[in-house]
Amino acid sequence: MDTMRDRFAPVVSRLLEEDPRVAVVLAEIGKDGFREAMARHPDRVVNVGIREQLLVGTAAGLALTGLRPVVHTFASFLVERPFEQVKLDLGHQDTGAVLVSAAASFDWPAGGYTHMAPGDVALLDTLDGWTVHVPGHPDEAETLLRHAVAAGDDKVYVRLSVQANRQGQLIDGKHLVTVREGRRGVVLAVGPMLDSVLAATEGLDVTVLYATTVRPFDAAGLRRATEAAGTDVVLVEPYLAGTSTTVVSEALADVPHRVLGLGVGRRELRRYGTVEEHVAAHGLDPVALRERIGRFTAPTHRAG
Amino acid sequence: MNMTITADENRTYGYEDLPGLMSLMTGDEKHGPAATSTLDVLWVLYDRVLRVTPERLEDPLRDRFLLSKGHGPMAYYAVLAAKGFVPVDWLPGFGSYDSPLGHHPDRVLVPGAEIGSGSLGHGLPIAVGSALGLRAQGLHDPAVWVLIGDAELDEGSNHEAIAFAGPAGLERLHTVVVDNSSASHALPGGIAARFEAAGWSAVTVDGRDHEALYAAFTAPHPGRPHVVVARVEPKNL
Repeated sequence: MDTMRDRFAPVVSRLLEEDPRVAVVLAEIGKDGFREAMARHPDRVVNVGIREQLLVGTAAGLALTGLRPVVHTFASFLVERPFEQVKLDLGHQDTGAVLVSAAASFDWPAGGYTHMAPGDVALLDTLDGWTVHVPGHPDEAETLLRHAVAAGDDKVYVRLSVQANRQGQLIDGKHLVTVREGRRGVVLAVGPMLDSVLAATEGLDVTVLYATTVRPFDAAGLRRATEAAGTDVVLVEPYLAGTSTTVVSEALADVPHRVLGLGVGRRELRRYGTVEEHVAAHGLDPVALRERIGRFTAPTHRAG
Repeated sequence: MNMTITADENRTYGYEDLPGLMSLMTGDEKHGPAATSTLDVLWVLYDRVLRVTPERLEDPLRDRFLLSKGHGPMAYYAVLAAKGFVPVDWLPGFGSYDSPLGHHPDRVLVPGAEIGSGSLGHGLPIAVGSALGLRAQGLHDPAVWVLIGDAELDEGSNHEAIAFAGPAGLERLHTVVVDNSSASHALPGGIAARFEAAGWSAVTVDGRDHEALYAAFTAPHPGRPHVVVARVEPKNL
């Protein structure tokens, strides 16, 4: 199967043809995919070199002149390194852009901690007005990239990863998708976590919701699910554990509820290796997930 | 402060009115070199160089002026008021809760402010993007100007922009560095040399001399971005 990132340059290259507002800003990373687009649109595909503050500042300037910048590099260099540019040049300047990241939480474990960004979505949560898409399949990535570019002058983050589900779901860029229905809790799987969550909850009497757009959060969709499944909610996110605990609590603020936030741990592992090894180390493989979800949703604990 | 501001919108203001306009914000009759370091540069730009008026704020063909050094914006607001972008009666509220005029400008609140600033080192990268964006849309006429301070050049983000803009040949990009010797560690080799090394056209002038500023601002610089280093009195004498 191809990766989400394999879709990125072809999709955005097509959008460059279709929409004269679209521009692409790169900082070396990902430039090979845009070689042809750069030749065709040298003024709308810009590689600023290894300069991430300039990467985001340039996007803001393009937006101020009316263009729709699509900005791409690894998540750590797109959100974390130039965070003040994201906060000010886009947020405070009231401009829009589509930030498309690669490498996610640990797509390249052998590259080590410098290339891991489990905190990207949590960081964006400190800012106002961001839409955050977390596709779980290359087809979904394509759909969400198109949504993101078409979203006027909105600030949109699209988080691409090599972690993916076997099959894409039908998504609309806004709402939660109900994948399985049960009566003893809701498990909300975000993006690439769906396959593991489905395997982990096999035979459990829980509702499984699937989210590819986590901000704004579909609070109404979650509330509807809790009507039949109750208000024990387990979040399984491919980034920092507990990132969405707050939005879930806000959605259920007026009813008694319990929330378990599963995801990538904060502790730096100082390990290389493979994606699978890191998934397991963070307790996100199906066996570990089943144990943690099962314990949380077990009837004995519900009474307590 | 004994100056009376009339509500007459047709009144025109000149350079000699700027200290009075600044007094409406500061309450001081006189202003030291730090408060006025940008005053002459701003006046010459808005009076003689920039092709922008209050009626053209949405005009894609207007020149863009980006104040990157947002600290101490009284001179900027005074010039914007003198040129009719900002009502003069906004000035006395400077910095208050209900005023659009803060101690750092906010583009969403201030008519004519192309960017908000305050945190140093943001304007030049945004100006690079603006110049690229205009070029990409075939708008080759509008000029993009950004004003930064000499100490602001400490911020590495400027050097990302300087090093990119020269080789990219951003001819419509212009930077004014107001040099009041406020950097603790002055750029080795001097400010103009830093830009020249990156392929910029560079001129250093007396930042109080209006004719010299005008000549520097309008000097041809085909194929290259242009920097004017405007030297004024040192901040800490």
